[in-house]
Amino acid sequence: MGCDASAVIRAVCAAAEVIAEHRDELVELDRVIGDGDHGENMRRGFQAFVAAVDSAHPATPGAVVKLLATTLISTVGGAAGPLYGTACLRAATALGAEEELTPALVVAALRAGLQGVVARGKAVLGDKTMVDAISPAVDAAQRALDAGADVAGVLAAAADAAEKGAESTIPLVARKGRASYLGERSAQHLDPGARSSSLLLRAFADAAASR
Amino acid sequence: MNGGAGVGIVIVSHSAQLAQGVVELAAQMAPEVVIVAAGGLSDGSLGTDFDLVLGALHEADQGAGVVLLYDLGSAVMTAELAVESLDDPDMVRIAAAPLVEGAVVAAVAAQGGADLVEVHRQAEAAGATPEPSPQEEPAGAPVQADFVLTNGVGLHARPAAQLARAIAGLDAEVTVRHGPASASAASVLGLLELAARAGDTITVSARGTQAAQAIERISTLVETNFGE
Repeated sequence: MGCDASAVIRAVCAAAEVIAEHRDELVELDRVIGDGDHGENMRRGFQAFVAAVDSAHPATPGAVVKLLATTLISTVGGAAGPLYGTACLRAATALGAEEELTPALVVAALRAGLQGVVARGKAVLGDKTMVDAISPAVDAAQRALDAGADVAGVLAAAADAAEKGAESTIPLVARKGRASYLGERSAQHLDPGARSSSLLLRAFADAAASR
Repeated sequence: MNGGAGVGIVIVSHSAQLAQGVVELAAQMAPEVVIVAAGGLSDGSLGTDFDLVLGALHEADQGAGVVLLYDLGSAVMTAELAVESLDDPDMVRIAAAPLVEGAVVAAVAAQGGADLVEVHRQAEAAGATPEPSPQEEPAGAPVQADFVLTNGVGLHARPAAQLARAIAGLDAEVTVRHGPASASAASVLGLLELAARAGDTITVSARGTQAAQAIERISTLVETNFGE
């Protein structure tokens, strides 16, 4: 039961479907406290990956994630493009040329991705951004790894924590991104970036569990 | 510009029209500077397009580097990614400046032959509170002269840019007064804020080893009606 490039491609394509299914929800979340383009931007970016992956046929998990990075950077117009793009670039670097994912590699990739998002967006925990979902996800993934979890277990722990983290953004007042212009009015709304992060991690966890 | 290729400028905006408008405004002040708009997504919707920004950086680079200005948060992220992907990321400096003022100031500086570091510095200074007068007084006695503006538009955008360019590079600290208001002649925005119109009198005072030359150049400009 390998976790090779084709498994990672299947997981990203599954995530693309999840994003497409949640397009309208993300649009609505972003419409309330942002510019309303997050759902469509994410849908377009992941569909572009699905369209590109066959001809590119990346051979390693790292190459798959690198392709996702460049595709998102080129096709997602909003902040999500450079943020997820940078996250994936850093994650791809962490994965290196390894043929198979291991639990430790997954945690290293998640951690590198988080560092990429923080470096690009300058957000910290509590700013009401995707960092509020991804940061606890990395911590939970690390704990699962330390407890001996496999790839699916690590990703499931990350997804659980990301969902809780995303929910935790609801009462927060945004300090980064377009929502920060709203000040206090941004409170009582789920952050769309945190929501898409938790959707992605759940999709990856489900894909890993169903192999 | 003093011969050779100057610093290029790239305007990154979520909106194609906004980027184009800023380029239009800045280009009016700096006809010889390559200023490239990179606004909107390829399908015409709002957003910042990585490939468009990358292409604009290549187009604007004439060999002396590029100063990039942006409108809102995520535009700077796209810009940073594009710069990082260049063979020589040091050829581009991203200026955290108000887009319109920063672009105009950068364009005028580039037109005046300023290098990459200086164009970037001036663009960012466009957003800063004006510094108090420098402690160190330039050498030489102050030279002062009054001029009546006889051109049609007064000290409007283009004449202001011409005036600032005329004294760029001189060892002279030049101040222009109009009524109670005064501005450094090196600051196009400052000159514009004087709101000196046709028929108004401006007082120019200069200090420094080339103060007399500065006054002479400004005198020539005023006498020739700024080439209108």
